Amino acid sequence: MGRPAMSERSRKQYRGLRMVEADLVKELAWALAAVAVLVLLLAALFSSSDEPTLTAQQVAIQNPLQLVATALHILDGQNAIAGYGPPYNRGSGSLQSIGGFSPQAWAGVTIPIDAPRVFVLDPLRRMRYLDPALGPALATFESASPSRQRAWETAYLKALGKATVSSGRVVLPRVSAGPLPTLLSAYLNLARTGALEATVNLSGRIYQTDFTRALLLLQGTPLQTKAASEDLLGSQWGMMKEPGNYPGAVWLWFYTLLYQIPPYNSSPVADLLVGVTVGLATFVLLFVPWIPGLRDIPKVIPVYRLIWRRHYHGPK
Amino acid sequence: MNWTRRVRSWLERELPLEDLLPDQLPEYVRSYVYLFGVLTIASFLMLVVSGIVLVLFGPDWWHISPVGHFINSVHFWSVQAFFFFMVLHLWAQFFMMAWRGGRGANWVTGVLLFVSSILAALTGFLSQQNFDSQWIALQGKDAFNALGVGAFFNLINFGQMYGLHIFLLPLVIAVLIGIHLFLVRSKGVVTPYEPKPRGGKTRGQTRHE
Repeated sequence: MGRPAMSERSRKQYRGLRMVEADLVKELAWALAAVAVLVLLLAALFSSSDEPTLTAQQVAIQNPLQLVATALHILDGQNAIAGYGPPYNRGSGSLQSIGGFSPQAWAGVTIPIDAPRVFVLDPLRRMRYLDPALGPALATFESASPSRQRAWETAYLKALGKATVSSGRVVLPRVSAGPLPTLLSAYLNLARTGALEATVNLSGRIYQTDFTRALLLLQGTPLQTKAASEDLLGSQWGMMKEPGNYPGAVWLWFYTLLYQIPPYNSSPVADLLVGVTVGLATFVLLFVPWIPGLRDIPKVIPVYRLIWRRHYHGPK
Repeated sequence: MNWTRRVRSWLERELPLEDLLPDQLPEYVRSYVYLFGVLTIASFLMLVVSGIVLVLFGPDWWHISPVGHFINSVHFWSVQAFFFFMVLHLWAQFFMMAWRGGRGANWVTGVLLFVSSILAALTGFLSQQNFDSQWIALQGKDAFNALGVGAFFNLINFGQMYGLHIFLLPLVIAVLIGIHLFLVRSKGVVTPYEPKPRGGKTRGQTRHE
């Protein structure tokens, strides 16, 4: 089946070396068969993780106080996204800068999210046709001065500390919090129906593939609580783990490692520091062949002698 | 000037068919270490095949169908195999100093493949539409936001991540694999490193170059 052939160039390049028959096509076919058997076996034996998403409905049913507190902190600006900063808004809670170097600030607000409106007030407004009490309560809240709104929120938060849950409803002690008890009770009901995320994400179009707003809603305590219970927090190497006993994205080990060690793990600008470090490390890896010292490591740790041992010990 | 003739003569010069598909290689390539590259490609092919099945039935299918879940498991374990073999290949090439003899571009395309594969895998984890996607999207977004690219590469935007995962990034990887293999075959396998004896030339220079 054909005659052995070698280019003139290869003949020169490999002159003086002992040559052997090679069959790269057969090698690829066997490699494909071996990997296919391996992954089919692993898939059949161990399957893969598919834990359902955490929904506002689950939080509303299992921990209604947490859902109400989330909505309240979105209104009073204490929520992580409410004061995040770019790309969502002009807050500064997550705005990171190192000595004036702040690509986040330079990129600006590119996914505008007015948290109180997007996550709480607009979804409630959409529900006012189903709940007649909502229209006047919303109007009262929105027409109040910011200081009045703050006073209601503070009073509600204080009362929430003493609240109890009865038949899935939040029962507050007597509180003078204006329309907030009506609004937040309706909000909890909306979440219990399972329609909160869809209402938050409403765009007026039927087709949509961007769930940014719906997913940002539970950012903060609800998701952190669930992630912590599964050892998935950022400080627990969460980014490279899968829920359950599965290998996760282990190739993210370097990125994840940085979040565990100083100065990154205690820095208020950890994300920017990690991003810059990973970028620099990638740059270094790219140019290893031209970096004296790094390119010489294999000479100091001569693994190559093991790989080519037959060549070194064979007939010269 | 005939462009077609120029491309043809360049191809004939840079990669004659005997070098593209050689049937004779130096004896020192008979080592298991040389299998890591081909095993990485085999894993990539398994990823493409299982990925095509998942795409054909749509991103929701595997959550509701046991067959779909099995195909997803094949895809998941293929990516584990892909990175396992790729990292072994990368370490092997590092310790063999495979960039010697004008092979720096091989190393660079290899690292670009590694980086593109990490992005492809990340977008894949984000396209699962389960708690894992939800959590890593919200956890991972902060680094991209801090770098000012959070809107350009929005981890929470399913449509964007899915499009990147099933088309653009696999295309980039396939093209880079093509360039990488072209360079590997065009330059031939690197010769074993021959340390310089004190005050002398390297054995490699006297024997092979």
